[in-house]
Amino acid sequence: MDLGEINPVLLVASLMVAATPLLLAAIGELVVEKAGVLNLGVEGMMIVGAISGFAISVETGSPWLGFIAAAIGGAVLSLLFVVLTQVALANQVASGLALTLFGLGFSALMGQSYVGVKPPSMGDIHIPVISDIPVIGPILFQHDPILYVGIALTAAVWATLKYTRVGLILRAVGENHDAAHALGYKVIKIRVMAILFGGACAGLGGAYISLIRVPQWTEGMTAGVGWIALALVVFASWKPWRALLGAYLFGGITVLQLNLQAAGVAIPVEYLAMSPYIITILVLVILSADKSSAPASLGRTFHASH
Amino acid sequence: MKFTTLLASAAMALGLASGAMADEKTKVGFVYVGPVGDGGWTYEHNKGRLAVEEEFGDKVETVFVESVPEGPDAERVMTQMALEGADLIFTTSFGYMDPTINVAKKFPNVKFEHATGYKTAENVSVYSARFYEGRAVQGHIAGKMTKSNIIGYIGSYPIPEVIRGINSAYLHAKAVNPDVEFKIIWAYTWFDPAKEADAATVLIEQGADVILQHTDSTAPQAAAQEAGNVVTFGQASDMSEYAPFPRVSSIIDDWAPYYIARTKAVMDGTWESANTWDGIREGMVAIGEISDAVPADVKEEALALKAAMAAGEYHPFTGPIKKQDGSDWLADGETADDGTLAGMNFYVEGLEGEIPQ
Repeated sequence: MDLGEINPVLLVASLMVAATPLLLAAIGELVVEKAGVLNLGVEGMMIVGAISGFAISVETGSPWLGFIAAAIGGAVLSLLFVVLTQVALANQVASGLALTLFGLGFSALMGQSYVGVKPPSMGDIHIPVISDIPVIGPILFQHDPILYVGIALTAAVWATLKYTRVGLILRAVGENHDAAHALGYKVIKIRVMAILFGGACAGLGGAYISLIRVPQWTEGMTAGVGWIALALVVFASWKPWRALLGAYLFGGITVLQLNLQAAGVAIPVEYLAMSPYIITILVLVILSADKSSAPASLGRTFHASH
Repeated sequence: MKFTTLLASAAMALGLASGAMADEKTKVGFVYVGPVGDGGWTYEHNKGRLAVEEEFGDKVETVFVESVPEGPDAERVMTQMALEGADLIFTTSFGYMDPTINVAKKFPNVKFEHATGYKTAENVSVYSARFYEGRAVQGHIAGKMTKSNIIGYIGSYPIPEVIRGINSAYLHAKAVNPDVEFKIIWAYTWFDPAKEADAATVLIEQGADVILQHTDSTAPQAAAQEAGNVVTFGQASDMSEYAPFPRVSSIIDDWAPYYIARTKAVMDGTWESANTWDGIREGMVAIGEISDAVPADVKEEALALKAAMAAGEYHPFTGPIKKQDGSDWLADGETADDGTLAGMNFYVEGLEGEIPQ
């Protein structure tokens, strides 16, 4: 056992990378759920985003275009969810599950000619001077741009929900869609926008895995991150900063436990392997003791005639 | 009117066709643990399936289900296959062992073949490849190639097959480089590219400049490529898209001849429960091309080692070998018996850490 072999700076830097896909997907789903819609298709939208982003960045040579395509890809898939749940008024749980299954299969089909291809690298941002500060520089200022997009998005979603009229309307729709409808807000339209936003975020998260974290395309490569994002939204009590904390905790402990294993720490590996799940849930459950509860209309179908 | 007639006759033709198929065709099912496009383990099993189709053409029909979790879900998938008339079902991951035995009890007329397990029955065979022979070659190259003397190993689950691989690689790395040290990470998954990439990155950050993997995806190869100066080996499949560097060689599982032989046996009615464990000599384990990134003399030694195993002159577990706790395992010149190897649950002397139980 030799803890000295673990470099804390590299550890923190890589935990942020490990957490970003989770964060992006969770923030998107948070907005969707705040609008009163439960979309269980996060995994499916992520994987479609992963292949859309991968394919476009390989074809064009531009990772930026890849990420834009990933957001569009995720949003287009979520459009299917929109048609099912907002137009055809189908059950949201079943539609979301269908979306995941469809996304996994469809991405495998799309990705057949991209197995083993290396994507263009996005490269890290190197801001002169501040990225050279010891310790803080490598942790905070030497990452890829999308990682900062994730943090900025969290801040933007938080501010929008809390301080703006748009956020207020979105929350009203999620809490009581009948009342919101009576006040003259377009419930369906707002929900459609929220679902599309959620799809785009999930797509970005997926592309982050295929373009930066791994970087390659393999079928089924999101391997359950979408489901963890869904759980994270609930445990974070639908609060953006808690979702960020949860994502970093989960990503951090995942990376830390691998580090501890490699350093030969004498904690049984089984405990290390389950620690990210347990610790993240524990911390977020303790934090959510303030009785914040789910949006009241979550998962309920809205029809103007009701 | 015409259109409906057309539909009806098409449906009848289909019905006839499928009826005819049921009579003549031998139906072979495959249960995969990962997606067929994983580029590793499942990819090779699927190649075996395609070889069966090519060999027997119209006389055979194959079906497969991919990404089946190890556990109760596997039982459901196998039952479904058996109900749909499969004559022979290959279940291709260690964790399908008990589900295979359970389902086989319910369908005595269906033949089952379970990969890498050890439980057989009247209608259940087991088959596996001696991957540890390939690991010996990898260990040799790894020991010669490492400059930091730290070799990272990404394990999947602590089962005998994986432990054999670690021991074999370590013994042969140690033989050519006494200072070598193994860092082992258990990923507790066969297939999770993000996690495998994280594990590889962690090992590289902790000084490893050679990464061996016993997980199924090519993600560790990508992580090594990103790092720049790290050597890897293809696992289960050639993974040649990462050659000549970082991937300098590979272990390739060639299941096609076995799958063809067993399908033929079912067709001929000569199928019997068996326990097959083939290696380099029989061709079930192949060593992928050793790239030019490996010095010529090392390549030559590695090929000589492979040739000796192919000829049956050399066994990777030849004494004297002690167990991790210092107790004797094999005396000088003694070779390990298959029983011990099949149930291997200990590290050899020199490896650090404990095997998760």
